[in-house]
Amino acid sequence: MTPVVIIARKEFQRCVRNRWIVATTLLMLALSMSLALLGSAPMGTVATGRLSITIVSLSSLTIFLVPLIALMLSFDTVVGDTENGTLFLLLTYPVQRWQIIAGKFVGHTAVLSLATIIGYGTAGLAVGLMAEGTGIDAWTAFATMSGSSVLLGMAFLAIGCLISVLVKERGTAAGLAVAMWLIFVLLFDMGLLGLLVADKGATLKAGTVTALMMLNPADVYRMLNLTGSSEIAALSGMATVGKAGQVSQQLLAAILVAWSVIPLTLAMLVFRRREL
Amino acid sequence: MTDNLTVQCRGLSKRYGEHTVVDGVTFDASAGECLALVGHNGAGKTTLMKLMLGLARANSGDVQIFGNNPGEARRHGGIGFLPESVMFEATMSGRETIAFFARLKGIPVREGYALLETVGLEEAARQRVKTYSKGMRQRLGLAQALLGAPQLLLLDEPTTGLDPALRRSFYDIVRARCHDGATVILSSHILTELEARTDRIAIMNHGKLVACDTLDVLRREAGLALNIRLKVKPGTASVVAEKLAGSANLSKVNDQQIHLTCDLGDKLKVLNDITTLGSEIHDVEILPPTFDEVYGYFHNRESQQ
Repeated sequence: MTPVVIIARKEFQRCVRNRWIVATTLLMLALSMSLALLGSAPMGTVATGRLSITIVSLSSLTIFLVPLIALMLSFDTVVGDTENGTLFLLLTYPVQRWQIIAGKFVGHTAVLSLATIIGYGTAGLAVGLMAEGTGIDAWTAFATMSGSSVLLGMAFLAIGCLISVLVKERGTAAGLAVAMWLIFVLLFDMGLLGLLVADKGATLKAGTVTALMMLNPADVYRMLNLTGSSEIAALSGMATVGKAGQVSQQLLAAILVAWSVIPLTLAMLVFRRREL
Repeated sequence: MTDNLTVQCRGLSKRYGEHTVVDGVTFDASAGECLALVGHNGAGKTTLMKLMLGLARANSGDVQIFGNNPGEARRHGGIGFLPESVMFEATMSGRETIAFFARLKGIPVREGYALLETVGLEEAARQRVKTYSKGMRQRLGLAQALLGAPQLLLLDEPTTGLDPALRRSFYDIVRARCHDGATVILSSHILTELEARTDRIAIMNHGKLVACDTLDVLRREAGLALNIRLKVKPGTASVVAEKLAGSANLSKVNDQQIHLTCDLGDKLKVLNDITTLGSEIHDVEILPPTFDEVYGYFHNRESQQ
């Protein structure tokens, strides 16, 4: 076993022990089930597939919830272990520093994936099987939604990890993690919206707006899911953004992956230079 | 590299900001040797260990472990380390903890379990580390340091929190490792326990290595006096004392006891003088300067300069 796998395994085990896995899985299961079962009520019986409606409401929820869970899992990756003294000993082992970061990231990703797949998967199956005539399109979109939720989580795990190597105290890391969540999930979109209103379409072209949205993993996720199929785009009111942007789903997914690769690489570089 | 030199430090210095924590430290440690590192709090013992582990970079000077840089030695699992007040993942059991570290070193997990028995933790092995006492944590720490029988053991205050029996078994384990050719460098505040159990003693003071030798040599260098206590026939103390007054200093005389002090070099001569007195002497007790006194000498000498 490589050190990355050994550390990932231990991190996963730790999350089992401190009930992180159970808590997040139950939370996601409860929310997704309630959205799935109640969420289609307002639409009545219309032509729109129930699974599509579930995707819209679930992905809106994901944008708030998953980054928060991811940041909480990862903000103390390095700073927490420095503070409780376990990191010092680990570094005297034949382990390279990037392997510690990578191992913890893989472990956290496993926790998050498990929670997402169980939580959303159960809801998706329940809705999809209950409603007759759910199209293959809707199933694909649901799979995309679940998969990209994990990608979104990974991006924020990486951001949390970067925070944890940049600061000296756990408290600071926690504060920064909350700030990051606020910025990416709430403030960024508000700012963008304000900019659009102020600009009144004078200088900001649709392409520029789409490009700006790439600077926020939460928006990349939103575009990836809410413009995925025309049915969903219409439902979510994202039709215009989707059409104007013309960014392929593959590219969006790639950008989301880049959002975990870049912060994680930075975290490894910073950690490698750090002296204890 | 000389064949059996495990550690070579040459003019090693480390500064944190304005503060020089380790200041021009030079010493060697060879295979099979047990070296004690003593000094006041903040004397630089822990930082010196960090330098030997390659976890801190020296500002000047050089440290070699097995003739290579410390990072290289660590990568090959050649160094076992027990940090001061060691901490482990609280939610994991002793067995899981040692298994984790064994895997990282690429050692069969059952060797880790065997080490838990060596340090006397087999009964608590399935309990979570959270429930461990300080002494138990310390023993788990020792077990992980012993994984893979490393040729260099760095133990930072290993015996804090251990009761006398455990302390004894701890030194037995250390002795056994030295016997197998490993170098052990340990730091401690408890000077008396190091006296009989280490080969050489390195005294640090404000980052400087002020002395590094066997206790005998340090004693001689310190020039501390030897205490001799005589028990004589009741009532004859003053007579005997008069006879010995020429060869040693009398520090205390009462009815049947005489306390003498003399230079270490004069020991045999004084003893010879005492034995010629024959049956008047009931008992002789020789007290060499304790390690506490020797340490005090070097500590004060350096502070005064």
